[in-house]
Amino acid sequence: MLKVKDLKVRYGMIEAIKGISFEVDDSEIVTLIGANGAGKTTTMHTISGLIKAASGSIELDGRDITKLPAHKIVEMGIAQCPERRRVFAQQSVEDNLFLGAYTRKDKDEIRKDLENVYELFPRLKERSTQMAGTLSGGEQQMLAMGRALMAKPKIMLLDEPSMGLSPLLVREIFDIIKNINSQGVTILLVEQNAKMALSIANRAYVIETGRIVMSGTGEELLNSEDIKKAYLGG
Amino acid sequence: MTFLTYLISGLALGSVYAIIALGYTMVYGIAKMLNFAHGDIIMVGGYAAFFAFNKFGLSPVVSILASILVCTLLGVIIERLAYKPLRQASSLSVLITAIGVSYFLQNGSQLIFGSDTKIFPAMLMEGSLKLFDGRLMISYLTLFTIFTCVVIMTVLTLFINKTKIGKAMRACAEDKGAAQLMGINVDTTISITFAIGSGLAAVAAILLCSTYPSLSPTLGSMPGIKAFTAAVFGGIGSIPGALLGGLLLGIIENLTKAYISTQLSDAIVFTVLIIVLLIKPTGLLGKKENVKV
Ligand SMILES: Nc1ncnc2c1ncn2[C@@H]1O[C@H](COP(=O)(O)OP(=O)(O)OP(=O)(O)O)[C@@H](O)[C@H]1O
Ligand SMILES: [Mg+2]
Repeated sequence: MLKVKDLKVRYGMIEAIKGISFEVDDSEIVTLIGANGAGKTTTMHTISGLIKAASGSIELDGRDITKLPAHKIVEMGIAQCPERRRVFAQQSVEDNLFLGAYTRKDKDEIRKDLENVYELFPRLKERSTQMAGTLSGGEQQMLAMGRALMAKPKIMLLDEPSMGLSPLLVREIFDIIKNINSQGVTILLVEQNAKMALSIANRAYVIETGRIVMSGTGEELLNSEDIKKAYLGG
Repeated sequence: MTFLTYLISGLALGSVYAIIALGYTMVYGIAKMLNFAHGDIIMVGGYAAFFAFNKFGLSPVVSILASILVCTLLGVIIERLAYKPLRQASSLSVLITAIGVSYFLQNGSQLIFGSDTKIFPAMLMEGSLKLFDGRLMISYLTLFTIFTCVVIMTVLTLFINKTKIGKAMRACAEDKGAAQLMGINVDTTISITFAIGSGLAAVAAILLCSTYPSLSPTLGSMPGIKAFTAAVFGGIGSIPGALLGGLLLGIIENLTKAYISTQLSDAIVFTVLIIVLLIKPTGLLGKKENVKV
């Protein structure tokens, strides 16, 4: 589905991504784990077209999307639930969800997907007219995920969905990610919470200062001594 | 009665300021820049209506539409050529560019139209409404100006809050990156914003030139600065703020002229502005800027 090849990204003189390659296959959950500043968000932003690659390529189903503008990439089927949620604070929950479906024209289908999102996140339905800025952190995370789903993506990029949430809620969010995946949406997940991410991922890549240093199945990495030391707290 | 007359004509002047202020405030809200050339778009709108009506003999309605069209196109072209290449540049560079565009428009029109003052034709209604046995006279133009402002505010508020494009504009105002992740084309949205603001500048131009019927290349500067003040006064980025700021500014200006001093009126208006901003730095209805991450 998604194929990243020799991707390099720079911020001015600084090379934040120093040539990474990875793949996400149809209906997989793939996770990128790595410490602060490793380049995870930069990678996600580059796939979504918010930042332009310095070199390398990104392909979706065999089509080169490296140079497409961000709004075209959404149309192609890549939706992102960004780091820190970035919901539109001054618009209602429901308007946020409809903005997620901005590129779509199939009104009836959009309605159906809205119901589906409300089923996945009943709390959003209760708060559909509330301003998004007044939601709790957990609710905002749900909204950001629901909003990304409204694009009816082939692949959904999730950047640190567990950030700042209570352990109980983190579990709930990861269950929902699995649920979304079982509905046929491919997932690329970025996480600091490596344990949780590895436990639901088919495959994983470890990224360190702009380079991929290890990869394998979720289980392999979960049991690797190096990973245990560096990311799973011993 | 005379007080009422001043109040109503202040309201009309304020309505014009409010319509101009919308252009500043919407562009600021969405493109995060101060378009200092906005006042000069008004001037171009005045000349466009003048030529359409006087030289080409078009009907008032067609002349007004022609003026709106010219300004809308001009606004979009200016954005594309002068501001879009600076999307990533510092706000100081953008500001200096906007001032440059302002001079370009003023000097350009001086070159094309000459620097002499032209008389703007009466293309809108004439005559007055007489109330209380003729003790209160309000010109139809004054009433029409206030009415136009009310209509524009209502339509624009509905547009921004209810339509898909309006919601996309608000999304861009809050977070451009997140808006792009929704599939919103930010460049198009910014163009639409400039188009609306500039089209409204043409409307303001016709109302203004009909009330004060003289045309010159610098005609847009003072109303431009006043409306900019009104936008800041009401809270830049806020549409109701532009209305409130514009109306208050117009009323304060007119009452000061009537009861205190014509010469000092501008000084007093700006003093009020400074006091308001000292007490409430975001303006009357302004919100605190969201912290960007
Ligand atoms: N806009 C920017 N300008 C300059 N440097 C940046 C910018 N954004 C990120 N960087 C740098 O690029 C590197 C990678 O940042 P990135 O945000 O991708 O890391 P991350 O893996 O997502 O970290 P975290 O887990 O803390 O979110 C960091 O060194 C960061 O300082
Ligand atoms: Mg990050």
